[in-house]
Amino acid sequence: MADYRMHILICGGTGCKASESNGIKEKLNYFISEFDLEDEVQVVLTGCFGFCEKGPIVKVLPDNTFYTEVKPADAEDIVKEHIIKGRPLKRLLYKNPKNDYAVTSANNIDFYKKQIRIALRNCGFINPENIEEYIGRDGYQALGKCLTEFTPVETISEIKESGLRGRGGGGFPTGLKWEITRNVTADKKYVVCNADEGDPGAFMDRSILEGDPHSVIEAMAICGYCIGSDTGLVYIRAEYPLAIERLKIAINQAEEYGLLGDNILGTGFSFKIELRYGAGAFVCGEETALIHSMEGLRGEPTVKPPFPSVSGYMGKPTNVNNVETFANIPVILNKGAGWFNKIGTEKSKGTKVFALAGKINNVGLIEVPMGTTLREVIYDIGGGTKDGKEFKSVQTAGPSGGCLTKKFLDTPIDYENLVAAGSMMGSGGMIVMDEDDCMVSIAKFYLEFTLEESCGKCSPCRIGNKRLHEILDKITQGNGDLEDIERLKVLSNVIKDTSLCGLGQSSPNPVLSTIANFEDEYLAHVLEGKCPAGQCKSLVHYVINEELCNGCTLCFRNCPVGAITGERRVAHFIDQSLCIKCGVCFEKCKFNAIRVN
Amino acid sequence: MEVINLIIDNKPVVVKKGTTILEAAKGIGVHIPTLCHMKLDDLNIENKPGGCRICVVEVDGRRNLAPACCTDVFEGMNVSTHSIRAINARRTVMELILSDHPADCLICAKSGNCDLQNMAHNLGIRKIHYQGEQSHYREDTSPAIIREVDKCIMCRRCEMMCNEVQTVGVLSAINRGFNSVVAPAFEMNLDHSVCTYCGQCVAVCPTGALTEVDETGKVVRALSDSAKTVIVQTAPAVRAALGEEFGYEAGTLVTGKLVAALRRLGFDYVFDTDFAADLTIMEEGTEMLNRLGKHLAGDKDVKLPILTSCCPAWVKFFEHQFPEMKDIPSTARSPQQMFGSIAKTYFADKLGIKREDLVVVSIMPCVAKKYECGRDEFKTNNNPDVDFAITTRELAALIKISNINFNTLPNEEYDNPLGESTGAAVIFGTTGGVIEAAVRTAYELHTKKELPRLNFDELRGMEGIRKATIDFDGTPINIGIAHGLGNARKLLEEIQAGKSEFHAIEIMSCPGGCIGGGGQPYHHGNAEILKKRQRAIYQEDTKKSIRKSHENPYIIQLYKEFLGKPMSEKAHHLLHTAYFDRTE
Repeated sequence: MADYRMHILICGGTGCKASESNGIKEKLNYFISEFDLEDEVQVVLTGCFGFCEKGPIVKVLPDNTFYTEVKPADAEDIVKEHIIKGRPLKRLLYKNPKNDYAVTSANNIDFYKKQIRIALRNCGFINPENIEEYIGRDGYQALGKCLTEFTPVETISEIKESGLRGRGGGGFPTGLKWEITRNVTADKKYVVCNADEGDPGAFMDRSILEGDPHSVIEAMAICGYCIGSDTGLVYIRAEYPLAIERLKIAINQAEEYGLLGDNILGTGFSFKIELRYGAGAFVCGEETALIHSMEGLRGEPTVKPPFPSVSGYMGKPTNVNNVETFANIPVILNKGAGWFNKIGTEKSKGTKVFALAGKINNVGLIEVPMGTTLREVIYDIGGGTKDGKEFKSVQTAGPSGGCLTKKFLDTPIDYENLVAAGSMMGSGGMIVMDEDDCMVSIAKFYLEFTLEESCGKCSPCRIGNKRLHEILDKITQGNGDLEDIERLKVLSNVIKDTSLCGLGQSSPNPVLSTIANFEDEYLAHVLEGKCPAGQCKSLVHYVINEELCNGCTLCFRNCPVGAITGERRVAHFIDQSLCIKCGVCFEKCKFNAIRVN
Repeated sequence: MEVINLIIDNKPVVVKKGTTILEAAKGIGVHIPTLCHMKLDDLNIENKPGGCRICVVEVDGRRNLAPACCTDVFEGMNVSTHSIRAINARRTVMELILSDHPADCLICAKSGNCDLQNMAHNLGIRKIHYQGEQSHYREDTSPAIIREVDKCIMCRRCEMMCNEVQTVGVLSAINRGFNSVVAPAFEMNLDHSVCTYCGQCVAVCPTGALTEVDETGKVVRALSDSAKTVIVQTAPAVRAALGEEFGYEAGTLVTGKLVAALRRLGFDYVFDTDFAADLTIMEEGTEMLNRLGKHLAGDKDVKLPILTSCCPAWVKFFEHQFPEMKDIPSTARSPQQMFGSIAKTYFADKLGIKREDLVVVSIMPCVAKKYECGRDEFKTNNNPDVDFAITTRELAALIKISNINFNTLPNEEYDNPLGESTGAAVIFGTTGGVIEAAVRTAYELHTKKELPRLNFDELRGMEGIRKATIDFDGTPINIGIAHGLGNARKLLEEIQAGKSEFHAIEIMSCPGGCIGGGGQPYHHGNAEILKKRQRAIYQEDTKKSIRKSHENPYIIQLYKEFLGKPMSEKAHHLLHTAYFDRTE
């Protein structure tokens, strides 16, 4: 990198690519060659920067200027003004929403201030398609060190000491898992990387694979060395084409460099990595289901024990770790367990990546030390709720997690605390809800997901979730009663208690946590026939306040079903029998004359 | 042996390491209810997907309830099988299953024999608190099996049978979540699939989702038609199992009552498939000796081993799966079809009636026999040799419908000429029986000497694949036996690889042979029942005065009067068949 005077980094993650980041790169390169700057300035397509809300992101080094929402048409100005004249483009700079001041350096953006990026260390920094850039950032040093200086047992004890726990959701100590797999005697063992990221809204695994595939490859090879395996398999969903492409490029490059394949670095250790594609079933994130899917069988879980560490892929001992878990390994070994275990809380060490989504200003991917509070994540990093609406709840762990309220905002995030609060760490989905969200509908929404994604093998999950959904539907239709709430609780607990795998054991969490934290909303639905958030169509009526309506006819003209009648300058009227409750009139009215009852 | 000490329902238990909670509890008389779990001891058949979640129990220190059928015990484990938490969970799970199950017990084919119905009753379910949408699927009717999968509870027993035991691979779970169900791929109809109609799926289905095609109505209609002469044949395995439908202990032979019941139902002649089994031995045994003779004389082109061909599911299996080997099995028709063929020629002639006026009904332990009698090659002028094949279960239903008190019936004898049989024919009903019968005859025909013994214990048992060498007076003959199509596949693959050392192999599709057929009274996962039926079959053999097929006087008469000699042109025409490649 040192050969160039300046670098322009462009986010090449799936999101920003969809917003034409390739076009930005082309244009930038065009103008750079136009001005004969090819020897001075290099344009690099990197992995995800995390600040997806403001994508596509373009960063200029060495001054660390952070441009947001860049379009290909901006390329000319970036080159002419910033690169040639040294004048950063104000209009593209990130503006602090608190004071509207433009922030010049990425270091000063609130979104990044509280983050510590370990798993995401290279995302948005290096060209993921160039192994040398990874090597330039200490890549493959850990593998080299392990193979030449450490025994597998020593390496495992380092991982154990670091306190790293599985980032896929379970939180099982990684070093211990490696040790168990190592201690099983077998003629063949496998290292499996679980890249079947299935939580709605979560995309940390995808971003790591897109932005820093070598970190995962290196870690898998280290794991192979530790447990005594020569074969790694990445189980990745086929709908991650970019991640697959970059993984393939990375594997090829690593092989070319002798960092994968036979006799790595001349040490006699051999390790190869193959890809296995999943069809995107959520349940295949469960390790036994994942293994069956890789074996060509129906993707459904089997009872544990036996754990994959003892009998996994093709009946052989198999160590399954999640992408993010693997991404932590090389850093831990480079910087030492002692460095890593100083970060985080007593039982949860290091950092965790979260995908911020929902009604939050800064939608994106963040990485924070364990122990950071939900408030810091949502307000300091996430920039608070959108449009000044009141925060209502945050859902962690996607469909398996619970909805936490304001009272949990100061809870330090770690595995134990989230479970104690009635949710889970999960793989790191974090969805923020505001006053407009109906919590009964939210629970129903998640049930709809698990219902579709259940494999159908065990009765409580197959039928129980269906019944939960039906009861929730009944409540949102305004037909529920108090007994329904009781039935939801009883059934939820039985499903949790009796289901075969993690999917069913956690699928009622959204129901139980919303009942526990928002019982008043449930009661409003069943006792008063009201949806306090105004989301349940069956319970909502749009009414025009005659005093505020000045007869502008905007609602009348926009109503798709002709349910609104009235003449110009005379208060309008909504015919409830025709109204389909689409809410267009409510959105269009400029005089707050339309009320939701 | 490593042992584990644990406590179940406050009782200390010591069991072998690797024992499940379910087995450990059984040992002290605690019967934890199960639905999907099924274990056939000695047959190596076990289904424990851990899917129904009925067997959940509470284990101290465990976060959630444990499925007893697939949780191994550990030292110091404390299990409660009937804590309020376990009972409530179990009952709720049962309510959920029932909430997605048609409540048509009163008219369900499985009523009274349904594991789900029993379980609901035993768990004391009186109300279903979680009503909602029910699954609906297309009903699938094939020549032998009806799939009414609205009643499927996803226990996966049929899938295990079809895939692991039979290696046929037709049934498997499809779709996801609430829509998941067991079906052929792409929900195609069974008769478009490679299903062999072995009926083992029916034999293990705990509900009415899989049943046989009911043809009792057609039989009643034929019996009431005065223009028709209606005769019946009964397969060997029926007499060892029918009694169970009337409260008799498994393994009770009810041959005499069976004959009496059929006579009271109105059949004009009550004959025995055993007669045709003796005939099969004459043909198959001769064919075997022919091939063997050529082989021993150094003929390199002769195909060995010879495989038995009595079992229609087995025939369909190799037609689909090993069509290139279709010239290896014996060309002898099955006893059912030999009987039909002889009945509609030899016997019809004797009666002086046209074949169209003679109706042949067979009582079979098998659902594939329904399919077999419909095969085109077993018809003359579109008139089938066997008109209807009904199962042991259907016969029981017919007897009940006809107000016959089975238990008080006298013992009666079969009619002649097609009712006389030997002990060799009876043992066709169990695995190993056909080949033992063949050995009894082939030995004497080959060596021209009298057999020194009649019981070949080395050919008997429940082992999935059995091997024995029989000394044919100085010539060692290697015999193989397989029951269950998965076991058959192993022997076929050996033949394919040129590694088979057998001269003759007996293959039966159903575990246990016909005594475990898909049309037999339901065994509900109790392998003891199969063993008792097997003992009954051998008992019937020893009781017979004649125990070698070639000594059956009516068989001798049949050849004399009608067929000439075994493998004659007439015999070839009437008693042998051809096989077809069904891969297209």
